[in-house]
Amino acid sequence: MDNITVLLVDDEAPFVETMAKRLKKRDLDIIPALSGEAALELLQKHANIEVVILDVKMPGMDGIETLREIKKSYPLAEVIMLTGHATVETGIEGMKLGAFDYLMKPCDTEQLVSKVNQAAVKLRRHQNKILEARIKEITSRRP
Amino acid sequence: MRRNDRSTNPYYRSLIRNMVLIIILVSITPMLLVGGVFLDQFYHSYRNKIYDHLKELTQKHIQNIDGFLQEKLSDLRLMADTNSFDKLSDETFLAEILALLGHEYHAVFTDLGVINAQGRQIAYAGPFKLANVMYSESEWFKKAITSQYFISDVFLGLRGLPHFIIAVRQKWRGDYVILRATVDFAAFNNLVEKLRIGKTGFAFILNKNGELQTKPYFDFVPRKGCYGYFLDFEKKFPGQVQIVERSVETGNHKIYAASFLKNGDWLLVYQQDIDDAFSELNRTKNIAILIMITGSLVIIAVAFISSKKMVQRIEKADKEKELMNQQVIETGKLASIGELAAGIAHEINNPVAIMVEEAGWIRDLLEEEDFKEGENLDEFQRALNQIKTQGIRCKEITHKLLSFARKTDPKVHDVQINDLIEQMVELSAQKAKYSNVVVNTNLKKDLPPIQMPESELQQVFLNLLNNAIDAMEKTGGTIQITSHKENNNVLISVADNGPGIPRANLARIFDPFFSTKPVGKGTGLGLSICYGIIKKMGGSISVKSVIDVGTIFHVRIPIPDGQKRNNEVPPINSGSH
Repeated sequence: MDNITVLLVDDEAPFVETMAKRLKKRDLDIIPALSGEAALELLQKHANIEVVILDVKMPGMDGIETLREIKKSYPLAEVIMLTGHATVETGIEGMKLGAFDYLMKPCDTEQLVSKVNQAAVKLRRHQNKILEARIKEITSRRP
Repeated sequence: MRRNDRSTNPYYRSLIRNMVLIIILVSITPMLLVGGVFLDQFYHSYRNKIYDHLKELTQKHIQNIDGFLQEKLSDLRLMADTNSFDKLSDETFLAEILALLGHEYHAVFTDLGVINAQGRQIAYAGPFKLANVMYSESEWFKKAITSQYFISDVFLGLRGLPHFIIAVRQKWRGDYVILRATVDFAAFNNLVEKLRIGKTGFAFILNKNGELQTKPYFDFVPRKGCYGYFLDFEKKFPGQVQIVERSVETGNHKIYAASFLKNGDWLLVYQQDIDDAFSELNRTKNIAILIMITGSLVIIAVAFISSKKMVQRIEKADKEKELMNQQVIETGKLASIGELAAGIAHEINNPVAIMVEEAGWIRDLLEEEDFKEGENLDEFQRALNQIKTQGIRCKEITHKLLSFARKTDPKVHDVQINDLIEQMVELSAQKAKYSNVVVNTNLKKDLPPIQMPESELQQVFLNLLNNAIDAMEKTGGTIQITSHKENNNVLISVADNGPGIPRANLARIFDPFFSTKPVGKGTGLGLSICYGIIKKMGGSISVKSVIDVGTIFHVRIPIPDGQKRNNEVPPINSGSH
């Protein structure tokens, strides 16, 4: 299995930096972004992004809004929300909007990695299904 | 005792004082004014009445006495005119006349005498042996011989009894001759003595020298100074009655009415103690004063009582208001503290997350070969573990803070409160046993279910139980949990017999971060979270505590009405957690 490409979005640069290093060490390809807007741009640039780790609380475009945009333009991309809330509302709202899961900050790296993996598995399964469907469609095409 | 203590507040004391003063001023002033004016008016009119009465009385008596004297004089003149002195100088005839006069006038005349110009009594009829007596040196004779008629002052004379003389002068045999009669003192005195009013009012007659002409009812010696005023007065207002009030040496005030008679020779003086003369006025005055004093006392008493009562009510209302204000402030404070806490928790979460990540990164790096041989590797590992542990602790605190501040929780269930309490008691049983604390429950059966998140209710009761056990950690004790239904609420109380909470702490007990436990043992959030949870449910939580007796927490949770409970589906039941 190829390395999973992950877009890491958080307004806290040191957090993104360290987290990126740690995740890279766990064989993930990390593209860092410091805001919702930047995340959307990067998504456009890098079509291979599979999983987005998205902080909920950000200045400007916040996590939920970013999530909405991502799901609009890239419905297959899996999003894992990072919330600062002990409450689950935000996470739940995110789930409703199509996020894969949510984790509370500060989170355990191993847990995060496993979530990313699960998300990627789900995504790849989806992609495969789509691919298969297309192949089937193409092969069954009448001449 | 308590009442007194309450009124020691200077504000309320001055309020009472002001109210009392105003009431007294407003009610007593008009009473005194009206009373005073009426009394004054009454006094003046009554005085005038007394004066008029005295004036009239005096005048009447003067007329009487003057009339009496005139009458006697004309009797004597008649005798002198109708009878020649030839006859009159005959003593037997004189005795006959005396008898006649005595018969006619009830022995007013004591005796009769005829005196010649030289002062010798040439004829005499009467009980005394006064024939041939020489009167030439007598005062009265000297005056009588120079005028046609003469009435003398009272004097003792030769007989040694008080009497006065009426004399008529006639020409006889070329020379003056006098017919004189002695008026019986008792008969004359009677005229004046009859003038008596009250206990101290009496009359007497003075001559121009201030000598008594009648025997006064009370023995006294008239002093010239006292009556001189009247003697002078006659010169200015002849024939009028003069009334004065003055005090005498004995200390009592007297009223005097005086007028001249006998052509200004004699002064009739009527005197009475003022207290006696105005006795009726004084009685009225005393009654009025008594009424005023009684009224004033009643007003003062009423003013005091009603003011005190009113101020007590005001004080009570103030206290209630203050309490309510305090509650409002308290609620507001808790709410704002909650928001602040949530903000802080959010902000702290990120740096903590970064720190934990950095530590994680170092740990990741330590895994690499280069460091495997480092001699301080174990120390690094330990330090990183510590950072992680403390990071988790921070996280717990911020999460608790956030749960205190959060507003809704979706997981609403029907909760059997008694079951929940039993569970929590079971959970803390180990801890209770360790601290030598006995937990008793007295739970009312068949309580209706409560609709709220079970986990939060667990949190509330576990917190209360833990606090109670902690409070009695050293001493041991008993915790009593009761539950019952009241109106539309379930009431649960958690009571311990521990050391109690000091009054100063009691007010802050629900404040976040307020803790009396040692640092690191309590976050000070337990009770404020409980408070937040119960408030959110529309219930209430309160505490009462007495030092060395114990503490009791009351929790009130509203029972949802049946329909709502049946129809409502728990909004979100997420399984993602």
